[in-house]
Amino acid sequence: MPAKRPQPRFPEPDTEPFWEATKHHELTYQTCDDCHEVVFYSRQHCTGCGSNNLTRKVSQGQGAVYTFSVVMQSRHPAFAELGPYAIAYVDLDEGFRMMTNIVKVNDPVADIQCGMRVKLCWEDQGEGEISLPMFEPA
Amino acid sequence: MPQRREAAIVGINEYPLRVAPGVSSLQIKASCAAKALEDAGLSWQDVDAVYDTGGDQDIGGLGISEYFGFRPSVIDTTYVGGTSFEFQANHASTMIAAGKCKVALITYGSTAHSARRAIGTAGATGIGAATPINNMEDPWGQTLIANYAMVKNRHMFQYGTTNEQFAHISVATRKHAMRNPEAVKAMTDLEFVGVREITVDDVLESRLIAYPLRLLECCMVSDGGGALVITSAEVARHCKKKPVWIIGTGEATKYRENGGDITLSAGSQSGPVAFADAGVSPSEIDVLMAYDSFSITVMCLIEDLGFCPKGEGGHFVGDGHLAFDDPRKPALNTDGGGLSSNHPGQRGIFLLLESVRQLRGESHSQVQDAKLAVAVGNGGQLGSRHATGVTILAAD
Repeated sequence: MPAKRPQPRFPEPDTEPFWEATKHHELTYQTCDDCHEVVFYSRQHCTGCGSNNLTRKVSQGQGAVYTFSVVMQSRHPAFAELGPYAIAYVDLDEGFRMMTNIVKVNDPVADIQCGMRVKLCWEDQGEGEISLPMFEPA
Repeated sequence: MPQRREAAIVGINEYPLRVAPGVSSLQIKASCAAKALEDAGLSWQDVDAVYDTGGDQDIGGLGISEYFGFRPSVIDTTYVGGTSFEFQANHASTMIAAGKCKVALITYGSTAHSARRAIGTAGATGIGAATPINNMEDPWGQTLIANYAMVKNRHMFQYGTTNEQFAHISVATRKHAMRNPEAVKAMTDLEFVGVREITVDDVLESRLIAYPLRLLECCMVSDGGGALVITSAEVARHCKKKPVWIIGTGEATKYRENGGDITLSAGSQSGPVAFADAGVSPSEIDVLMAYDSFSITVMCLIEDLGFCPKGEGGHFVGDGHLAFDDPRKPALNTDGGGLSSNHPGQRGIFLLLESVRQLRGESHSQVQDAKLAVAVGNGGQLGSRHATGVTILAAD
């Protein structure tokens, strides 16, 4: 059985709702009802104005690669056995930037470019478990 | 505008070894502290302010003060990663100017190499604390080097900066390292392949660690440490060595931001503040000690502190003029840097130590008539959350 990736740990009340939603394949972000700031990662307060009046929304999962790197050497067993893999920041069309992986490419160095359009996909880890949001070429 | 003369660095010491088995980080700190005080001509009992990140002793600043045996009236354990020491030196200069303390000691020690701490390629373990940051980054397998590599990739995309241009940073730094006996010993003890000057091709042919960063663009992981003593103008007059004045300070932070420019470091905020504070301009600086965790860190700091316009760093570093003996200013990382001399995890203190050597005329790669130096640190991770502390120093 392949080694499991490092998992988020709970209780952690800010990010738990985000990860709960991934069980239903929902990528969520927040907007502030008071100042309209787009908040990511998930928090109880708005990073723009401190308000607690945040609304959680589900992203359409469409965006563009802002930047990326291809990891050639990683000591964690789950990644060491993957071979070269792409870590990236993706800018979602709703206005938030998230860390993620770009997957479903043959050669991550050659096949990924900054600015490239990507769409959400999910890496399920098992029944009832959180799922990992990733991106593939759109 | 006359330069400020309120607080000066009067004593320095850098731990001579980069591989120091059987020694603790606390012992490194105490050894360096005694030698830095001796360098200044001050005594152990003169210390009334303790600046240390406090991370290796229970209850932080209290524990480290007890360990040393000091009775400080000021304790500051500011911890913002590798640039903690620029932040602390800045704070010490302010407290001294305000009369809250007279002799401030900054200490650092680490056994990152001997403890076999995997820093750059370790990535998340999944066993750290349950924090929002860990929970939102661990599952995707980002390593520390990949974090910086993402900044380099964007810099190349946005400005057309080339790998050849980045490589010049490593080449200039190694040239300086080969003139520094402690750096040569460091590279030998750490079993570098080829302890010699390197070429652009050497850098381009070294192996990819995290695309587009290659081995010779990445700092070492060493043991080491250092200490420095900052004091008032009044006390400085009676010290053994000539004072090196702190004339300008700046501090800032930056995070992953929606729509933000990842190539723009916190130095774009703290740099201009420090230069305005000092009343000098980047073109006047003789020596630039810029935190070289990776080539991209130096590139961003050179641009963001205003040594050249944003995005033109590639041209600025690309003609090899960063060497100590080039008439064009500034010289870069004349001790050999984190790339080739010393990086036990938090390099910021060494930026200050080499700046002082230069302004005293004591460097192994001495810049002729050096009068002004900038120490600019970068702590945290450049591509996500980081701090940039700037300390501008002057000789009389």
